[in-house]
Amino acid sequence: MTWQGWFQIVIYVAVLTALTPLLGGYMARVYMGHRVVLERALGPVERGFYRAVRTDPSHEQDWKQYGRTVLVFSALFWLVLYAILRLQGVLPFNPLRFGGAPWDVTFNTTSSFITNTNWQYYGGETTMSYLSQMAGLAVQNFVSAAVGMAVLAAVIRGFARRETNKLGNFWVDLTRSLLYILLPLSIIGTLVLVSQGVVQTLTGSVSLTTLHGFEQVLALGPVASQIAIKQLGTNGGGFFNVNSAFPFENATTFSNFVQLLFILLIPAAATYQYGRMIGRVRQGWALYIAMMVMLAIGIGNAYYQEAKATPALTAAGVHATAGSGSTGGNLSEKEQRFGIANSALWSTATTDASNGSVNAAQEAYSGFGGMTPLVNMMTGEVIFGGVGSGLYGMLLVVLLTVFLAGLMVGRTPEYLGKKIQAREVKLVAIGALYMPVVVLIAAALAIATPAGKKSIYDAGPQGFSETVYAYTSQTNNNGSAFAGYTGFVQPNAPGNQGATGVPFADLLGGLCMLLGRFIPLLAALAVAGSLAAKRPAPAGPGTFRTDSPIFLVLLVGVIVIVAALSFLPALALGPIVQGLSNQLF
Amino acid sequence: MRRDIVGSVVAIVVLTIGLGLVYPLVMTGVAQVAFNDQANGSQVERDGKVVGSQLIGQDFRKPVLDASGQPKMDEDGEPVLEADPAWFQSRPSQSGYSANVTFFANLGPNQKDLADQVKANLDSYLALERPFTPGLTADGVPVDAVTDSASGVDPHISAANARIQANRIAAVRKAPLDRVLALIRQQTDARALGVLGEPGVNVLGLNLAVDKEFPLR
Repeated sequence: MTWQGWFQIVIYVAVLTALTPLLGGYMARVYMGHRVVLERALGPVERGFYRAVRTDPSHEQDWKQYGRTVLVFSALFWLVLYAILRLQGVLPFNPLRFGGAPWDVTFNTTSSFITNTNWQYYGGETTMSYLSQMAGLAVQNFVSAAVGMAVLAAVIRGFARRETNKLGNFWVDLTRSLLYILLPLSIIGTLVLVSQGVVQTLTGSVSLTTLHGFEQVLALGPVASQIAIKQLGTNGGGFFNVNSAFPFENATTFSNFVQLLFILLIPAAATYQYGRMIGRVRQGWALYIAMMVMLAIGIGNAYYQEAKATPALTAAGVHATAGSGSTGGNLSEKEQRFGIANSALWSTATTDASNGSVNAAQEAYSGFGGMTPLVNMMTGEVIFGGVGSGLYGMLLVVLLTVFLAGLMVGRTPEYLGKKIQAREVKLVAIGALYMPVVVLIAAALAIATPAGKKSIYDAGPQGFSETVYAYTSQTNNNGSAFAGYTGFVQPNAPGNQGATGVPFADLLGGLCMLLGRFIPLLAALAVAGSLAAKRPAPAGPGTFRTDSPIFLVLLVGVIVIVAALSFLPALALGPIVQGLSNQLF
Repeated sequence: MRRDIVGSVVAIVVLTIGLGLVYPLVMTGVAQVAFNDQANGSQVERDGKVVGSQLIGQDFRKPVLDASGQPKMDEDGEPVLEADPAWFQSRPSQSGYSANVTFFANLGPNQKDLADQVKANLDSYLALERPFTPGLTADGVPVDAVTDSASGVDPHISAANARIQANRIAAVRKAPLDRVLALIRQQTDARALGVLGEPGVNVLGLNLAVDKEFPLR
């Protein structure tokens, strides 16, 4: 570890914290229907869209109607995306003439992008036409993010309102998310990234002879426009197979910092947006602090562990001390320009937010270092989490904590003055606890069946870690991977000729992603619907304050204990074994 | 339900065109005008011919010849390569420095395969550099010199790695060491804004500069 490394991490946290109230305040205005600056230019587009989808923007929906519109919209978009990906061979913008990928891989990929997961069994530059990337996958980078943000806005209204059953209009929330938040930030991001060397072109690849006489082919494409929204929308799906490690996707140390900021920007701002929308800014900051504490622990662990040599490096006789012009540490499958600190910071941020993009191979992290990304996901993506989905997931955990605190002191639990009753607690239990059940069943099936073992690449406990990581990541809609785990066999890359999927991994993973997206989404909407109908009682002397340090300790404790009870045995068989031993496999 | 379906179908068409075609195409147009060089891959030319990208690492090894002077092949029928002493060497690559079929090596921290591979890298690095840097031991070899990068085309090596290789380049090309070290400093990409990331020496840029000043005869 170096002081420069820690200094960069501190700068990152400081800049993120400074931007949180700025963007969060703006986002609150967007969702409260206040006029924002961009409306002067884009207002006609917004109103035109409402006419096109035949909605009256002043007409609000209850939670069931809202949820139904989300489901119908997502299901139909699923079909369209599946069709685009399968038919790319006969569609335009395909300079390298790639055919469609097999059906099972495409099922997985389509589910992955509709659910804001961006798990990728395929390698972008060897599989996808430019049309599939732009009009298929990048569109979902926008839309799946906007769906999450819309649902969060509706859920927050449920907490904020009283004696109503209306949560808002899905089309209005979707449109305003896209038009006033995601699109303008993406345009800025695209230009910054291109200026750093991230490519943006429609021409095919460039073949050349290198300085030393080798043939090299530079894969290009409309990359920057996709990478901006990939990070902003906590999507994470790379244009290239090695994601943000590839220089054309993440060219410089500056582009790396900008992408890192984009990863957590909107999820962090959402905490302030929440505080504003419920009229209690302190409550929003309280959640921000709880999340930031857990983030800091994750970064500290990852940086400390990765700054040491792994058992394999030690066995090879490598000297991994930092200094005199060397980064030191576990630089295996990490880039020189990012070094240890920025790789550790990235793997923490990307798994706290359900982003999943990587700038180094997660699989090469040390046993304990790799536990930061894995455990981050096992908390249910509530440490900032995905755009929208992170905070509505966190609000479910907040209610769970309030309920547990109520049990301890023997009072009826309440949050923001509203009583938390049997119906809400049941919904919270479903929304917060379905996840470990799905992950553990899927991982057990995958590790115990011959069909599941086909996907494993590394021998020994690392193969077990790959499997657990895969289903944790997919169920939590993260998308990062111990990428040895495979669901796609592509013998003639680049191109899909002769390629086959691994049906077991593709289908099980796709199912996990769909469950992981829609169960908590509907549970949160249902909770919001029932809270909206309640009448808040004024706070009394016996009210348990939810913006106090003691509440934050409880909240973090609940998150850690639930994750530990669910996953400690699985962790013990994989990363903990590797972290504790110098044994090679 | 009907209203939801009709609205969704219209929205899907509008959003696919707007976000999937108009947005990336307009961004491509702007990028091509405002940042033409970067948008097309920061290509580097020598004598009017494109020889690579400033951002993409390259292979500076050469084929190993067998007793009869023919290139030696491995069991897969690929030529066996070894470092060419006349050039600065990039970091090892799991993908043969491919810039159109990228993948991670995906070897975990406790894998024997990884230990063997790094050990082999370390041995050949020492064998190559020790004649020019007497007393160099495993303890003095920086970790970037013996590990695969993430992208397989890492354009950079560490300053420590470049300093060791400079002794060899100076000897082989009969160049003053001071001048080679100066070129290394010139070709070092510093931390952005003075703080972000790690400094790295651009291997392609360095080799171009060295070859221009001290060409091989």
